[in-house]
Amino acid sequence: MTAETLIASLQLSMPELILAIGAMVLLMVGVFSSERSTQTVTGLAVAVLIFAGLWLVLRTGEGAAYGGAFLSDPFSKFMKVLALIGSITVMVMTVGHARSAQIDRFEFPVLLLLATLGMLLMISANDLISLYLSLELQSLALYVVAAINRDSIRSTEAGLKYFVLGALSSGMLLYGMSLVYGFTGHTGFDQIANALTSEGRSLGLVFGLVFILAGIAFKISAVPFHMWTPDVYEGAPTPVTAFFAAAPKVAAMAMLIRVVIHAFEPVVADWQQIVVFISIASMLLGSFAAIGQRNIKRLMAYSSIGHMGYALVGLAAGSMTGVRGVILYMLIYMVMTLGTFACILAMRRREGDNVEGIDDLAGLSQTNPFMATVLTILMFSLAGIPPLAGFFAKYFVFVAAIEAQLYGLAIIGVLASVVGAYYYLRVVKVMWFDAPKGEFARTAGELRLVFGLSGLFVLGYVLIGGPLGNAAEVAARTFF
Amino acid sequence: MTDWPVLSAVTFLPLVGVLLLLLMREDGAYGRRNILNVSLLTTIFTFVLSLYIWHQFDSSNPGFQMVEKHEWLGTGISYHLGIDGISVLFLPLTALLMPFCVLASWVTIEKRLKEYMIAFLMLETLMIGVFVSLDIVLFYVFFEAGLIPMFIIIGVWGGKDRVYASYKFFLYTLLGSVLMLLAIMAMYWQAGTTDITELLKYDFPRQMQTWLWLAFFASFAVKMPMWPVHTWLPDAHVQAPTAGSVILAGILLKLGGYGFLRFSLPMFPLASDFFAPLVYTLSIIAIIYTSLVAMMQTDIKKLIAYSSVAHMGYVTMGTFAANAQGVQGAIFQMLSHGIVSGALFLCVGVVYDRLHTREIAAYGGLVNNMPKYAVAFMVFTMANVGLPGTSGFIGEVLTLVGVFRVNTWVALFATSGVILSAAYALWLYRRVIFGALEKESLKSLLDLSGREKLILYPLVILTIFFGIYPAPVFDATAASVDMLVNNYAAALQAAQDVALSAQ
Repeated sequence: MTAETLIASLQLSMPELILAIGAMVLLMVGVFSSERSTQTVTGLAVAVLIFAGLWLVLRTGEGAAYGGAFLSDPFSKFMKVLALIGSITVMVMTVGHARSAQIDRFEFPVLLLLATLGMLLMISANDLISLYLSLELQSLALYVVAAINRDSIRSTEAGLKYFVLGALSSGMLLYGMSLVYGFTGHTGFDQIANALTSEGRSLGLVFGLVFILAGIAFKISAVPFHMWTPDVYEGAPTPVTAFFAAAPKVAAMAMLIRVVIHAFEPVVADWQQIVVFISIASMLLGSFAAIGQRNIKRLMAYSSIGHMGYALVGLAAGSMTGVRGVILYMLIYMVMTLGTFACILAMRRREGDNVEGIDDLAGLSQTNPFMATVLTILMFSLAGIPPLAGFFAKYFVFVAAIEAQLYGLAIIGVLASVVGAYYYLRVVKVMWFDAPKGEFARTAGELRLVFGLSGLFVLGYVLIGGPLGNAAEVAARTFF
Repeated sequence: MTDWPVLSAVTFLPLVGVLLLLLMREDGAYGRRNILNVSLLTTIFTFVLSLYIWHQFDSSNPGFQMVEKHEWLGTGISYHLGIDGISVLFLPLTALLMPFCVLASWVTIEKRLKEYMIAFLMLETLMIGVFVSLDIVLFYVFFEAGLIPMFIIIGVWGGKDRVYASYKFFLYTLLGSVLMLLAIMAMYWQAGTTDITELLKYDFPRQMQTWLWLAFFASFAVKMPMWPVHTWLPDAHVQAPTAGSVILAGILLKLGGYGFLRFSLPMFPLASDFFAPLVYTLSIIAIIYTSLVAMMQTDIKKLIAYSSVAHMGYVTMGTFAANAQGVQGAIFQMLSHGIVSGALFLCVGVVYDRLHTREIAAYGGLVNNMPKYAVAFMVFTMANVGLPGTSGFIGEVLTLVGVFRVNTWVALFATSGVILSAAYALWLYRRVIFGALEKESLKSLLDLSGREKLILYPLVILTIFFGIYPAPVFDATAASVDMLVNNYAAALQAAQDVALSAQ
């Protein structure tokens, strides 16, 4: 590698470098300053993320770096912006809650920065090795974050569970990669695609593909690799859950898109049936299993499983429209999820303890009309009722499925969404139809800002949907 | 053509009222009064604007008028509005019923008045939007979005079993609609557009028409509602507050009928022809069976709800007769039913406000101390029965004539429904209004108040006016209906010619 190519590579990965250096500097700041440095470190971490985001949007060019292992293209830029927004939002939301959730350690923002760095690298990964390394960077940070509340048994259990199952999935992923390398002789996505086009597929490669998809399905919590989700969502401190539900899903989905649409494009029929299966299974499980939930974080866990299923409907189509649909779906899903978790974080009694039961929202429309209205909008949007953003998200993925003539998938999908509507309606019912059961404490300003903006986005998507759709189209065109 | 976007204006005018309401406070009698006034004025302005649109409407032009079109969400989905003879009259109907709903809620809604009015005004925007949309995705957005405010209205301000009723209403309707959504997507891929004007010209293959027709039917039949998917309606009606029932019966039920006329019949003529016997059968069952069910009800609102299902049977029957009389009759029946059933629910509301029960057995002999009420109720009962001289007669007779030209047996069975409707409606009237005034609780009831007169008398006048002089309605609809019927016949003829030449 000559100096020029190295400099070009460094320039293309500048946002990642900013995050990496920023994380290390902040770690030093945390270590060498007193116990009270958490607030400062959090603030600086947000600044680092914003700086990286601005650099990404304004200064980063397009092209391949590090010998093709790292790719900067419109798709990666779009998804990275999403992941950064997700991380920034969660970090802002934790400011007021770090103390009560017992996560007020300076390591927390540093770990989130490292996880975000891993996500950005995942989104750009164009090689099995760089994919695995970035995924592990992200996962290791997340394992620690899940267990960061050391004094809570539930949090520790969540962290352990996540780690054990995550390690298993990493193993499967690695095994699949070794098979793919063995049968094609390459690790780079471009070369794998070329090899598959020229040589055709072998049985061993299909095995490898299955294992890789299983490993990634774990990361996006698609059925049948979803077991960890409800427990981890419930057990982890709420700000951590909010983080889990948003940005990592976006990054893992971006990674999945790049793997199947780019590297395994020539064997579309092989992965399509797998994606269709996990999509249907996720949609159905997400709809039915959520019905009996009493805890809103568990409800959101099943909801996110279902939503990953819907997003995969677009991917199953394997077309430009499909990828565009998935990109828009992840954007809208992330905004809805962040807004909902901001509301969940705001569920705090006057006495200072956080509550998580759906029943605790009873009568919210009378005690806190603003929050109730926003949460209602978000719930209807998650259920996919027009004119809210969630409807358009579903519309775009199902349009792609119909185009690809996956009628069975589309029909099961929309029927599952009706079942899903039932449990979202229950949240609305509790807030509007039931009598109040005590008030929540005054909502912190940053939470109001987050759920207010989220509600505004969901409501105003009908006005801003055109430009966003065009941006997603540009991003999707990367692959076609 | 007008040079300002009058259809957007009439659609989103109620939202201006919503914005004003959001800025107001409900505390005290004064705040309450302000909220009511703002809501009433907004609905009246919307009504006036809808009358202006009717006035400006060129009834000799069968195509779409006052068209607005803008790029919207990319991938061909556009913000496209326009009206033709089929949709134009639903605007004044919707806008007409809204001020009455506000008036009917004047004193009865005691809690959370502001949210109530916001929900109603949002509902008005969404309902008008359905009738003016010329893009099928935009249509779906308005069509489905109406579920949200109605769910809240039934659930918050409804009766004892409101939660069950609101869930049932929401999930039933959603289940039907999502299948239509898939059909809409399939149409988009087949025809490459979501524009209704383009889709009306597009010739869908026969096989595909069948599936698309069924998917649309799933949605509209639930919304209509047709037997056997009507069961959500009695529950929703009984539990909803008076104004909610009025909107439900008056306008929401018309969305299904409108959908048949806008999509099923003109876009899938071959499938419509193929499935017409199915629709006739279901319509006849609806007319006869639900009339019998209505007769046995002990709850006034439930009785009227079942009678609505029966009356909607005439609409579906007339629509799929697919001749000028049938379609004209179906449109007229929808408009007339919108006024009459709305008025009947308002009548129920009048006595419910006084006695807080809807049991028929709790009433009797009201004519003795509520003569004015008895007269108004009688006019609407007669219109419901279809007595000549009321608007109910015109619609029924036209749909029957229309279907008689196609299938005499269907007409025969459907006509028996006229007798049955007379039976349950007159029996209801006798039990509530006539007889001796014996029950203690009824003796102190006062006749209509000024506000109630303001609600009921204009509707009495309209019912009789359109019964005697229906021409304004037919003038507006004739050209578009003729075009619809002719295109339908031409499409069937063309398909037949192809089949013959292939032999």
